[in-house]
Amino acid sequence: MDIFGLIGPASFYGFMAGILVLAVLTVTTRNLFHSAIFLAFTLIGVACIYFFLRAEFLGGVQILLYVGAIMTLVIFAIMLTAKMGDPSIPQSNRQRLPVFLALAALAFLLVPQIVKTSWKVVESLKTTSAVELGQALMSEFVLPFELISIVLLAALIGAIAIARSDQ
Amino acid sequence: METIDQAFVLGKRAALNWMSAFLPDWTMVFVSIIISATAIVIFGPVTMMYLTWFERKLVGRIQNRFGPNRVGPWGLLQPIADGIKMLTKEDIVPEHADKFAHFLAPVVIVIPALLIFSVVPFGRGMVAVDLSIGILFFLALSSTTTIWIFVASWGSRNKFSLLGGMRSVAQMISYEIPMVLSVVPVLLVVGSFSTVSIVEAQSGWNWFIFTPWGIAGFLVFFLTGVAEVNRTPFDLPEGESEIVAGFHTEYSGMKFALFYMAEFMNAFSISGIVATAYLGGWQGPWLPSWAWFFIKTYALVFVMMWFRGTFPRLRVDQLMGFAWKVLLPLTLANIFIAALWLNLESPKNNLISALVLVAIVTIIYWANRPEVPKKRIYRYAYED
Amino acid sequence: MLPLSHILIFTTLLFLIGLYGVLTRRNVVGILISIEIMLNAANINFVAFSASLDVSPQIGQVFVIFIIVLAAATASVALAIVLSIYRNQKTIYTDEIDLLKW
Repeated sequence: MDIFGLIGPASFYGFMAGILVLAVLTVTTRNLFHSAIFLAFTLIGVACIYFFLRAEFLGGVQILLYVGAIMTLVIFAIMLTAKMGDPSIPQSNRQRLPVFLALAALAFLLVPQIVKTSWKVVESLKTTSAVELGQALMSEFVLPFELISIVLLAALIGAIAIARSDQ
Repeated sequence: METIDQAFVLGKRAALNWMSAFLPDWTMVFVSIIISATAIVIFGPVTMMYLTWFERKLVGRIQNRFGPNRVGPWGLLQPIADGIKMLTKEDIVPEHADKFAHFLAPVVIVIPALLIFSVVPFGRGMVAVDLSIGILFFLALSSTTTIWIFVASWGSRNKFSLLGGMRSVAQMISYEIPMVLSVVPVLLVVGSFSTVSIVEAQSGWNWFIFTPWGIAGFLVFFLTGVAEVNRTPFDLPEGESEIVAGFHTEYSGMKFALFYMAEFMNAFSISGIVATAYLGGWQGPWLPSWAWFFIKTYALVFVMMWFRGTFPRLRVDQLMGFAWKVLLPLTLANIFIAALWLNLESPKNNLISALVLVAIVTIIYWANRPEVPKKRIYRYAYED
Repeated sequence: MLPLSHILIFTTLLFLIGLYGVLTRRNVVGILISIEIMLNAANINFVAFSASLDVSPQIGQVFVIFIIVLAAATASVALAIVLSIYRNQKTIYTDEIDLLKW
């Protein structure tokens, strides 16, 4: 479907600006719960960027896993440590200004380099289907695929073992 | 016949033709999108309004009452009266509530409910967007509902809201896993996420429910769907006899109506997706395609309301046990059964996969058999 | 299709915003939220490269899937650790968790 292609680059820039604003709100909001809500919107925006780049499957996975699962975890953690999220307590440390200056300097270093580099861009947007992705996962990337499932299982067991209260 | 079948498609095309007379060519794409979107945005709330009427009538009949019958003939105008009441009610925000979250949750929760309609194939050629990831899009959007329910419950600063929200999150996350897994057999057989190709793969009478894995998949998908929209018997998050109204305790007026709307639209769209995935969608003889779709979907909606009229609420441990001990192993086995069915030749595959399914159901039933306590024998102390 | 460099500048800024959050937040959960932003910036880079450079388009997307899975694993373990710290120390501020500094 060409809907996302038809809306054109203008809305793409709009989306990118919106995501940046939401990300800034996410890292600066004092209320951690609001910060998590902004993060959810940021992640949905990133999913929309995937749709723009014709990676529909990744967009779906992004919403399903990030917004559906990881965000719920994060909000649970915020809720269980609710006293810590009190907006009256300062939520950022004293490094704010130096960090900001250092990162701005980094941005000023990186952005001209990105512009100067001549990327070997192909003319048309290359797409892939979920079927091809699955075949790649099952042939070329089968070893990392199996490894990552073991990592996930280990993380699952580890999370349960750590979070369980000692009786 | 063909005209009736394609009535809505032809209507849209006629509208486009009429507008192309006085609009430049490049706008036609947008006009087409706007027509589809408007149809969905009108269809969603209207469906929701009359589903509430239908539910009240039906539950009334089940309970030997009449249901709404004052406003209009057979109470048909009752939803409109309710809408006016909701709009004019005072909008109460608790003093200590998180105002931002309290406002945001009901507004945002409607958006995925409406967006899901865009991938539901209402009839032949009657789908707003034939996304290549149709089913995944539906699963992804329905999973986002969880977080807004949680935001609503946490933002209300009310213990009943919070209890309802916690129950809701636990339930929806548990039931999401069997839900996603129960669609996998369909994707395996069809080889595509697109809802349109799923329906086309079930042409004739080859509905997936007539296969062994289809029966199991249909039951699991429908039950998890009922649990996802928090309807009886899985309505612990809103159990009125225990926690007032769950996560929407502190909502009144239009914000409450938005929650209600999202819930009913989700109930409808889940029925529609279940019908698409397992009951052949708009496939069927004689009647026009959209009529078949609505017959199947409303039949499933009817079953949901029938559940509400008959079943008591589950206990929390029963709810979680059902998801993790019954549905999850069944769906995992069902993927295997579907693969078996797909790779054996035609007459043999039904029998073999049916046998495997029966064996697995038996094992699951045996593993989950209720523990019958030993019969106690009372003796008198002085008796020998 | 807009130029690749614009997307790269966007993801650079997104990454730096996430890094700012990691370096300035006191709350562990806040740091975790910022890390998610950084991971997403990297993911967009992968997708953009795979969509517009002369490589097989699956490679980038497969890596994005791996990163999302790893992010899920990180989130679950990290939040379990957060809960454990909160239970033992009654704080989740990074500058107050100083048991080893005694």
